[in-house]
Amino acid sequence: MTKIRIATTSLAGCFGCHTSFLDMDERLVELLEHVEFDRSPLNDIKHCGPCDIGLVEGGLCNADNVHVLREVRANCRVLVAVGACAINGGIPAMRNHFGLGACLEESYLNGIGVEDPQIPDDAELPLLLDKVHPIHEVVRVDYYLPGCPPSPEGFLSVLGDLLEGREPVLPKKLLHYD
Amino acid sequence: MSAGANQPEFSPNTFTMDGIEIPFKDGQTLMDAALAAGVYIPHLCHHPGLTPHGSCKLCMVDIGSGRASSCTTPAVAGQQVSNNTPALNEARRTLTQMLFIEGNHLCPSCEKTGNCTLQAMAYHLGMLEGHFPQFFQRREVDASHSTVMLDRDRCILCELCVRASREVDGKNVFAVAGRGITARLIVNSPSGKLADSDLEIDDLAAHICPVGAILIKAHAYEIPIGWRTFDLRQIDEIGPEKVIQARVGHTDD
Ligand code: SF4
Ligand code: SF4
Ligand code: FES
Repeated sequence: MTKIRIATTSLAGCFGCHTSFLDMDERLVELLEHVEFDRSPLNDIKHCGPCDIGLVEGGLCNADNVHVLREVRANCRVLVAVGACAINGGIPAMRNHFGLGACLEESYLNGIGVEDPQIPDDAELPLLLDKVHPIHEVVRVDYYLPGCPPSPEGFLSVLGDLLEGREPVLPKKLLHYD
Repeated sequence: MSAGANQPEFSPNTFTMDGIEIPFKDGQTLMDAALAAGVYIPHLCHHPGLTPHGSCKLCMVDIGSGRASSCTTPAVAGQQVSNNTPALNEARRTLTQMLFIEGNHLCPSCEKTGNCTLQAMAYHLGMLEGHFPQFFQRREVDASHSTVMLDRDRCILCELCVRASREVDGKNVFAVAGRGITARLIVNSPSGKLADSDLEIDDLAAHICPVGAILIKAHAYEIPIGWRTFDLRQIDEIGPEKVIQARVGHTDD
């Protein structure tokens, strides 16, 4: 039986959603009988090939996030926005209250405990976006799995529905935003 | 059920909502009668005992071919009302999404999470995401008061605090200024700051906020996240008293 191919990525997130995914513990072994991973921080594959499902953690805070998101979207038949940050920007979007310049100055020049103050400008660093955005503002998103992070049961519920060819419906007791 | 020739086909002083007969007293609104009968109509800007405001529109119901806010519509004997229908809940979900994207509702960082009526409404309506582009408005935080905190990022302009202050506390601490997208909650004090108002911690206005906009300082995490009112139950499963207790931050089960 061909396995369902899944890509995962963490953009402007904290890897908490990925950690929660791994928290399904031994249920992961059973899941791996039905799925295999493409690009994912879990296996360190960097680029995305054709996949059935893409799980995207985190919102968009820089140009690289947008690039990765577009690559994942282009390769995945079904894209799932996972967690608060992918869905509405989450905690990183708290910087949207301030200008980008003010954020950089606070972090790298005037912040408490800063030594050798300078704003990083290496050409290898991705350019920051003016504001942090949820992913549905840039690509089409097929399903949403809220939570900060979503519980392992939430992942299993959405993946279980998709594996069985059903439209995912998150049970009410698994729906939470925190 | 056959009624005599001169009898109305309905019992006097009841109306029917989703097939259930609900009694009412003269002058009672559909909302108050439903709440008294233990039937849940979604609502955000209503609080029993305060003058109805009719602004959030979550409580709209279908009466015959029309649609009306149940918190401002007097009950009439024999009315046929629809409340819990897919079409109404869809419209309510859209309104709730608009409230989320208009303010800054980052629940994981909000003290009110789990006790918040807006969030509970979103859960009840199965809202997974905000759908519309986020406004990311910048709104003013007022932490000047010694015991009460005002974070306008989460204010939904329901005016419960405005009415509680005027009608119950006998003060006039809050008002809404501006219209449309510039509408905002203001504090009636010379500096515009809460510290210079006559708001006190025991005022109803300090406790009635359905969201995390008016918060009592230093009590936020007495009940851990995961064990709060709406972590344990859906909003339509608990009576209005418990919804109100959740506002005040008490969870006793
Ligand atoms: S007020 Fe309610 S909906 Fe808004 S951030 Fe706080 S918990 Fe979430
Ligand atoms: S502060 Fe709270 S109670 Fe007052 S208008 Fe805003 S949301 Fe309503
Ligand atoms: S509760 Fe009726 S309009 Fe808000």
